[in-house]
Amino acid sequence: MSKQINVALIGNPNTGKTSVFNALTGLNQKVGNYPGITVEKKEGICKLPRGVKAHIIDLPGTYSLNASSLDENVVIELLLNKNDKDFPDVAVVVSDVENLKRNLLLFTQIKDLEIPTILVINMADRMAYKGISLDIPYLEKELKTKIALVSTRKKQGIDELKQLITNYKDVSAEPCLNASEVDIDYFNRLRKAFPNQLLYKLWLVITQDVNFGKIDRNEVEALNDFKTKSKADLKRLQQKETIKRYQFINNVLKVGQTIDSSQAKDLRTKLDRILTHKVWGYLIFFFILLTIFQAIYDWSSVPMDFIDSAFASLSEWVKDKLPDGAFTNLLAEGIIPGLGGIVIFIPQIAFLFLFISVLEESGYMSRVVFLMDRVMRRFGLSGKSVVPLISGTACAIPAVMATRNIESWKERLITILVTPFTTCSARLPVYLIIISLVIPEGRFLGLGYQALTLMLLYLLGFGAAVGSAYILNKILKIRSKSFFVVEMPNYKLPLFKNVTLTVLEKTKSFVFGAGKIILAISIILWFLASYGPGDNFNKAEELVTKAYASQDISEDELQQHVASFKLEHSFIGITGRAIEPVIRPLGYDWKIGIAIVSSFAAREVFVGTLATIYSVGSDDEATIKNRMAAEVNPILGGPLFNFASGISLLLFYAFAMQCMSTLAIVKRETNSWKWPSLQLVFMSGLAYVVALIAYQFLK
Amino acid sequence: MKHTLAHLKRGEKATITDVSSIHIPLKLLEMGCLPGNTVELVQLAPFQDPMYLNINGSHVAIRKETANHILIEKVDE
Repeated sequence: MSKQINVALIGNPNTGKTSVFNALTGLNQKVGNYPGITVEKKEGICKLPRGVKAHIIDLPGTYSLNASSLDENVVIELLLNKNDKDFPDVAVVVSDVENLKRNLLLFTQIKDLEIPTILVINMADRMAYKGISLDIPYLEKELKTKIALVSTRKKQGIDELKQLITNYKDVSAEPCLNASEVDIDYFNRLRKAFPNQLLYKLWLVITQDVNFGKIDRNEVEALNDFKTKSKADLKRLQQKETIKRYQFINNVLKVGQTIDSSQAKDLRTKLDRILTHKVWGYLIFFFILLTIFQAIYDWSSVPMDFIDSAFASLSEWVKDKLPDGAFTNLLAEGIIPGLGGIVIFIPQIAFLFLFISVLEESGYMSRVVFLMDRVMRRFGLSGKSVVPLISGTACAIPAVMATRNIESWKERLITILVTPFTTCSARLPVYLIIISLVIPEGRFLGLGYQALTLMLLYLLGFGAAVGSAYILNKILKIRSKSFFVVEMPNYKLPLFKNVTLTVLEKTKSFVFGAGKIILAISIILWFLASYGPGDNFNKAEELVTKAYASQDISEDELQQHVASFKLEHSFIGITGRAIEPVIRPLGYDWKIGIAIVSSFAAREVFVGTLATIYSVGSDDEATIKNRMAAEVNPILGGPLFNFASGISLLLFYAFAMQCMSTLAIVKRETNSWKWPSLQLVFMSGLAYVVALIAYQFLK
Repeated sequence: MKHTLAHLKRGEKATITDVSSIHIPLKLLEMGCLPGNTVELVQLAPFQDPMYLNINGSHVAIRKETANHILIEKVDE
């Protein structure tokens, strides 16, 4: 059996590293997590000539080996740990031909680790366009490496790269400069103290707080002696090191690269003049946002309706075809609707990630970050919070995950905490049914009252997010460096393959990640609603038949009454009863109580639960609506869903933290139960108070 | 009077002279913000913050609070 070659793809962000990865592995890739942290781990298999296989790992993009985020830590941790099973036999550093100078900084650092390193110069098709020419043999000699000129767009150079990887043993593992010259004395002492260790590795361990789990503990402690230099001194040394590296790179490029700027065409300046303009920039951004909303709510409704009805008929089919029994019920009423509840969000999530990945690939997203930073900072957020807040309108789960690139912990935390306020798609079914019940159909200035209400709810969600960010910013006593450095990459036409793969992979991770939780909860809910203690539940059929004996009702109606009676006395019904005193001041009865409790799993469960409770027997919206409209308030008389209780419910759902999956993801991202608990208490408390005030004023 | 990057106007160019303040993140230096390099202010967001710079071909946006610590010498054209 031939041995697999371990290859690590390393490079600055925006160099097309992922395109190279996609070109090498195609669909032979999988995305997982690094153990214990939520940084995505992308790996794949690439077939090389002569039957050799390469295991390729696409490391998170980084500007250097001095890590400033979780994602970047992963890179050094792998490169410093020779015992890791993924430790590369050969490193492939991906650079962008237009930013070669900056990209080479990371390259020289990797070389210092004495790992054989291949240099990929990507986007080679842009060379003529930018008037760049390179002396490859000279660069290979000076940088002590092999170079592959690649264009993933034109599909050039990939075979040459594969060839280089196959023959990785010919690639030099020597450093290309001696960075320790910046403080000869200091590094000599270090070398004497640890003669068997790589100098640069020691230096990295000294200068940063990375979790070097598998590196010998004693060594790390012994290294503390070398931290005697003050932090400022160490930083000065890092600066000198950076300058030293750039000197080397400049000297190499002075000979190896010529740029004829008269040949260069500059699309970037023209686009930037409009896209980052004080007025046009914001208008264009607003227009793009509108398009995204249109796609998420309008275009995706077609596939969503289809999925909805497909799952409903599947349930019916299972009930018809399988023999009666607990298992069939679990399948038809628990698992299938549960799965449906996950699958139905696929169109929206896919659309959202389609837009986000196009905006990111094209380089536009950085311009949005630039435009929005000042505005967002006023509320304790960062320009980089814009992406999570937009994503939040589809689903808070991917939105919370999208906060990872915010450097300042405080800004990131606040973004995570407030994102669930934005009106996610799961609130939509709840809003729609209640609005159609309690808001009249009239028009105001040509806009329907109902549509206006929906729009107000969106604004309310966004307002709540920004407002609570403002408050959190004032009360959270976290000192964190708020440094903000955003690269403004070149504009690029997004590659179809990259966009498709991103959409596929994000959708998959939603279905299997969040999906598991939603499915588990739907099964639990089904149990709670299908079983109950005592005679009331277990002899429901007898009791109801007796109660209705004198009345002339059809078998169907009788069955519906039985189902409704059973639900009332099931575990979940008892819970609803128990919380009734708490929610009565908001204008709700125990049935709505059950719906609120069960929709704690996910908001959209609200409508389905009410359907079950009112024993409509079908999920048809019009039917549920009629049934809800007929419901009478047991104490005050009159319709239960009137203007006051309807508004109160809308407000409750606008603010309440009714989503277990989001809490789970916040726990994962903040690594503590403290923040999700705070979020739950704060959001649901606010929801309760606001709904209470609204109902008491309006009733 | 010493000039900092925060004083630069749109379209102006300058040479970076000093980046030794501890308030400047290493990441910025690694992106090419080093003494001797030329910096051009490409664009300003409203309220003059953040600033979109071109430092020797590297395009980055930074906040004004960071720009305050980067010393420059204006280039006369």
